[in-house]
Amino acid sequence: MFEIARAQLLDASGLGQSEIELAMGRLAGQGIDLGDLYFQRRVREGWMLEDGSVRQGNWDVDQGVGVRAIAGAGTGFAYADSISLPALLDAADSARAITRSGKTGQVRVQQSALARQRYGEQDPTGQGQPSDRVELLRTIDAYVRSLDQRVSQVSVNLSASHEAIVVASTDGVLTGDVRPLVRLDIRVLMEEGDRREQGFSGGGGRFALEDLMDPETWQTFASQAVRQGAINLTAEAAPAGHMTVVLGPGWPGVLLHEAIGHGLEGDFNRKGISAFSDRIGERVATEECTIVDDGTLEQRRGSLNIDDEGTPSGCTTLIENGRLVGYMQDKLNARLMGVQPTGNGRRESFAHLPMPRMTNTYMLPGKHDPGEIIASVEDGIYAVNFNGGQVDITSGKFVFAASEAYRIRNGKLGGAIKGATLIGNGPDVLTRVGMVGNDLELDSGVGVCGKEGQSVPVGVGQPTLRIDGLTVGGTA
Amino acid sequence: MGQVQASGITAIIDNPDRETELLIGIAQRILDRARQGGADQAEVGISSSLAREVGVRLGEIEVLEEARDRGVRVTVYRNHCSGSASTGDLRPDVIDECVDRALAIARHTQPDKACGLANPEWMAREFPDLDLWHPADLGIQDLIDRALIMEQAGRDADERIGNSEGASVSTEAGIGVYANSHGFIGSSRGTRHSQSCVLIARDDSGMQRDYDWDSSRRFEALARPEETGTGAARRVLRRLGARRVPTGPVPVLFAPEVARGLIGHMVGAVSGGNLYRRSSYLLDSVGDVVLPEWASLIEQPRLPGGPASACYDGDGVATRESALVADGKLLRYVLSNYSARRLGLTTTANAGGVRNLTLAGPSRSPEQLMAEMDTGLLITEVMGQGVNLVTGDYSRGAAGFWVENGEIAWPAEEITIAGHLRDMLGNLRGAGSDIDQRRSIRVGSLLVDRMVVAGQ
Repeated sequence: MFEIARAQLLDASGLGQSEIELAMGRLAGQGIDLGDLYFQRRVREGWMLEDGSVRQGNWDVDQGVGVRAIAGAGTGFAYADSISLPALLDAADSARAITRSGKTGQVRVQQSALARQRYGEQDPTGQGQPSDRVELLRTIDAYVRSLDQRVSQVSVNLSASHEAIVVASTDGVLTGDVRPLVRLDIRVLMEEGDRREQGFSGGGGRFALEDLMDPETWQTFASQAVRQGAINLTAEAAPAGHMTVVLGPGWPGVLLHEAIGHGLEGDFNRKGISAFSDRIGERVATEECTIVDDGTLEQRRGSLNIDDEGTPSGCTTLIENGRLVGYMQDKLNARLMGVQPTGNGRRESFAHLPMPRMTNTYMLPGKHDPGEIIASVEDGIYAVNFNGGQVDITSGKFVFAASEAYRIRNGKLGGAIKGATLIGNGPDVLTRVGMVGNDLELDSGVGVCGKEGQSVPVGVGQPTLRIDGLTVGGTA
Repeated sequence: MGQVQASGITAIIDNPDRETELLIGIAQRILDRARQGGADQAEVGISSSLAREVGVRLGEIEVLEEARDRGVRVTVYRNHCSGSASTGDLRPDVIDECVDRALAIARHTQPDKACGLANPEWMAREFPDLDLWHPADLGIQDLIDRALIMEQAGRDADERIGNSEGASVSTEAGIGVYANSHGFIGSSRGTRHSQSCVLIARDDSGMQRDYDWDSSRRFEALARPEETGTGAARRVLRRLGARRVPTGPVPVLFAPEVARGLIGHMVGAVSGGNLYRRSSYLLDSVGDVVLPEWASLIEQPRLPGGPASACYDGDGVATRESALVADGKLLRYVLSNYSARRLGLTTTANAGGVRNLTLAGPSRSPEQLMAEMDTGLLITEVMGQGVNLVTGDYSRGAAGFWVENGEIAWPAEEITIAGHLRDMLGNLRGAGSDIDQRRSIRVGSLLVDRMVVAGQ
């Protein structure tokens, strides 16, 4: 991986070991605790089908280098949108404005030990022919329409991205990664009488485009999208109030991402502004709950070989049998908190600063059969799909909006209800987990996490969960 | 921390004419290459901006950032097929590759009668000065000093403010060029200066976070930093002790910072992209009543100094002042050239969205609106994605205040508010005079007749 990334980013721009060390020397002056260079090139390709034909295609390339100098808790940052020695040195001079010292230092870097590879290095943007992609989208469109005559609109998006990075830092790290990412989204509009409703499904990950083009894969997405649209056509108003909520397996794990995950990112805890600050060792969930953030899963959307600071990806236990045991860290916050980085230092691009971010966040399975969990609920709702969520990490309040949900009465699933927003309090929601299913699933690969204006791909997952008391925002 | 030297990459501010000429040269080169490559039509947008931002936290510098962003996007049309490519790397070989990629894509996309440039006679011809360019001669140290004053004023406001997420100040200047194969070349330039402060307050009930901010095209027009700092303090302190409210139907007063979202949802529902996809609860709604009779929405795309002002839209089409809603009735949709053609209509010069949309009509002070509401909810924050424009169903997390006898009684959080956009907007009981001028949708508080709140 490193060899490929170095060839693309450094060799192609005439940057060798001595040029890197020259730039790093400017970041190693007195008063600077850590400096790093982040070279990146990303090519993205996308095709969009709408109203029966492939109307749009797009290709995008970006490359550049971000330069950071950290002094205490302060960071100087600059970047250049082309990779060359003069641009690199200019950016380094801007970044080091964080200290007043004019002295430069000396840095020696050598290639770091290779991290274990969690995905292949192949470039999905270069695989196959454009005509095959167009044909695939048309085939999917025809298939979706054949599933249900109430389908009135179909839109399909296929995207592929290929990213190479090289990280060099004053702590001696010199490493790189090559990251493929593919994704297919299918959206349907279904109409019956006066009613119109949407259905959505999709997925992807860090693998070859061919795997998405496999009929078994996209037919599953197509069926899910149509099923969701059809169910929503019959949905009635959701109830309003505080009640028992059963969350299905997989993507509803967005609950964990919002309610727990963000609050356990190192920056918020170092600053003491998270609802979870200073709570390591405390019980924040029932004993059945163990939650991890795991960047090492094979080919997952949120997986990384190394993070964007060059730290090998890891599996960090956040909550173990109900107790808070760990935070997710990047280098800056780990150093200030006196702990080790956990491989969670991520950035949207060279033009953004790294910060602690999640990778794939999920809860380990429990012992209950999902059928048994639903049967245990007298009156509540069962939510199996969501649009996404949001959290206020300081007050701990989080929301997530259901896109497919059902009523539960007397232990039996009832009719579909309209998408309702659920709201709760992060530090105590998991203390009300009554049952944990044995059916852990990870999401299909559609997650995008936003924090301080930066988007990164993530994964979530969970088994079926029963939460004994969450506020449901319906109208009935 | 000592004096900090500003760096030298200030070409945009020092010589905007030269930067504009440079971008126009690149645009022409792209259009030439597209034509030589067989395109019937082509268009290109290029942007270049320089931003400087500082952040301080607890009296120390937290981040100094110098951001130089450039981007180019080219779209080519051949035999009614389109292809696009974009890059942030403006070197000639990369730009050439972009054009070639766009041409290659157009060989594979399918014919789309709606694609292509807008009629040449609709292109903007006059380019009045819209008073958008006010670069400030500010060094990094000026920005740092201002941020420190802002945060300190907020932290000094009350002893319960024991922590801070920091204060930041930024100054940005940007230049944009849009050109197409009709021979149209437009350029624009604008500045934006911003400041914000985020504070944390704590008492026995727990911890809360809130912020205040300001933004303007003129640095001198920004609120004094002390005002923004104490504004953040006032906003966070009043949230302490928040709790849930009983479940049930109540009137809801949306503060300006969230009221503009309601108008934004309606604008989304009458936007071309959602209409031709039939993904709107306001299909075939021109002439329908969408707001109360006393309310109108006026778009002023050439408002001097406005946050979204422009002489031409994303298609090069000349902008002009026009009503979107008059006396409660929808007069038109919000269309780009493409979406208009998909619908068999004519563009409304809204490629890129609405520009400076103002709610006009009788207004009252927010206090009067609260008195009129008597008992209900004042909402100052909404959370999450629970807005469905296909059906108009609305269900979002919220925080704000419980109001009794027309006065704020106590802070509320961990609640949801739900309703249907058609009813919420159609039955508005009043609009506030507290119009927020800083955003493209300019609206004051809005009093919604009834929504279901879920809490306890």
